[in-house]
Amino acid sequence: MARLQAALLAGAATEGAIATFTGYVRTTNDKRPVHSLELEHYPGMTQRSLKNIAREAATRWPLLAASIVHRVGVLSPGEQIVWIGVAAAHRGSAFAACEYIMDFLKTAAPLWKKEKGPAGERWVETRKEDGERTQRWQEIGGR
Amino acid sequence: MLRILFFARIREELDCATLDWPWPGQAIDLDTLQEDLCLAYGAKWREVLSQDNVIRAVNQTVTNDNCALHDGDEVAFFPPVTGG
Repeated sequence: MARLQAALLAGAATEGAIATFTGYVRTTNDKRPVHSLELEHYPGMTQRSLKNIAREAATRWPLLAASIVHRVGVLSPGEQIVWIGVAAAHRGSAFAACEYIMDFLKTAAPLWKKEKGPAGERWVETRKEDGERTQRWQEIGGR
Repeated sequence: MLRILFFARIREELDCATLDWPWPGQAIDLDTLQEDLCLAYGAKWREVLSQDNVIRAVNQTVTNDNCALHDGDEVAFFPPVTGG
């Protein structure tokens, strides 16, 4: 993670602020213990979708650099799933763009979670709040 | 030839990840392709693919409407996304 942050900083010519977000595998979800989490993606489209989200963020805020890392395959509780780093001249843009990227990643990027626990396995369902968070950006402007 | 991909819950329910579908030699749209798949593979496919929340993508771009397809297109069916 430090390496990613350093790369982000190196890519930003006049660094001022970097905001990062890291998502981890939960130990319980909806009160059910989680033994492992399997992440499936759509090779090609997932990368394209993440690039589009970062590009869209860069049109809304004056960003110096942005990077998104998302893991796929089988992960254990406590492991990192996703890392987002955004560099900008000021914290406002960095915070906002980081949140924007995460909100759209959750609702637009073709990635799917399957949880395994004591009761077997199940595909994780979308949460209504995720859609609402994305919708919210329609009303909030950038910059 | 159309390359058809299925992901996550849809892939499991159909027990099919990828399918090469011969180009019919005439203009075909997404709705027609879906109907042809259901006719070819039966009631289970119709039930799974007609669920309200199935997302369709053509050449790796989500499409909310029916659209024309072209020889060589990549078509995908998948459930709502849950990454992050």
